[in-house]
Amino acid sequence: MKLVIMGCGRVGAELAALLDREGQEVTILDIDPDAFGQLPPDFKGNCVVGNGIDQDVLRRIGLAEADAFVAASPGDNRNVMASQIAKHIFGVPRVVCRIFDPIRQELYHSLGLETISPTREVARLLKEALEREPVETPRGEG
Amino acid sequence: MYIMIVGGGKVGYYLAKELVEDGHEVLVIEKEAAKCRKIADELGDIVVRGDGCEGITLETAGTGRADLFIAVTGDDEDNLVACQVAKNKFNVRRTVALINNPKNEAIFKKLGIDTAVSSTALILANIEQELPSHPLIPLLTIKGSGLEVVEAKVPAYSAMVGKHIGEVLLPQQCLITVIIDEEGVPRIPTSDTLVRAGDEVVAVCRRETEDALRAVLTTPAKETE
Repeated sequence: MKLVIMGCGRVGAELAALLDREGQEVTILDIDPDAFGQLPPDFKGNCVVGNGIDQDVLRRIGLAEADAFVAASPGDNRNVMASQIAKHIFGVPRVVCRIFDPIRQELYHSLGLETISPTREVARLLKEALEREPVETPRGEG
Repeated sequence: MYIMIVGGGKVGYYLAKELVEDGHEVLVIEKEAAKCRKIADELGDIVVRGDGCEGITLETAGTGRADLFIAVTGDDEDNLVACQVAKNKFNVRRTVALINNPKNEAIFKKLGIDTAVSSTALILANIEQELPSHPLIPLLTIKGSGLEVVEAKVPAYSAMVGKHIGEVLLPQQCLITVIIDEEGVPRIPTSDTLVRAGDEVVAVCRRETEDALRAVLTTPAKETE
């Protein structure tokens, strides 16, 4: 699989490293060259400095041939725009978009985008954790 | 008309000012407090502080009854999302977005924005006549024929200068129909009409031969001789 990830923050870098270890062909994009420092030293994928909402950049990295695109930059609107370009202009078969704002996430989900709202997901996980029986915490971490 | 403007920077401010003067009901949504204050001080109570991409802000601002929704922040992605939220969540009939990257024009249209305005494209269109790299100005396309009427200025360095029209080797399916000299006098050329530097040439050509015509007009004299 050929995958393109936009945004090399904590999440983007973590995802890129996971997929790279699985042997996937990963290209990771960020506007800040320093961001790639978050990647593990054994990362074998491509790191490209560029703007993920600029179609010239996306064309140059071969987005049209990609199997999947993930938008994980810190900006919801940037993720939404990049995902729509990937899906509707470059015809990428699988596009997943991170949107923090749950309202915007719902809207773009209803418009046919595959979306994940970390805000909603983490809130749900925290609530579930609270509702579970307490687990023994190792000494010193309490 | 009720017109909503997202972005209270320079473009948003002057847009709001003009539209208020024209008698429209205008509401500006701006994130920064300082910009909001300036608009309120100078244009009155027509500004709301908030994020124009957020559903809640737009709901409180009465987006549902807006006749026109204009997004003019400095970021293309924010303008796109604001317009898409207005259109898809609040059914605003007409949305207009400002774009910085002229290549986003086609993308915005495809993603449902009614009008995308690129200041870069507007400036380019106005200076194209002066730019040596953009010598052909399309005047009109003859519908369904694949033919175009184009205009170009003959640069002083062109190999065409000082030649008769009959001597100029034009691409196939291309015809120079009018030559307008620097005094603005138009002539319908014959094969012995002399081409001078600064002449405006109006030609009919096929879209495919446009580049070849451009090359004929702009090849410097020394390169061909």
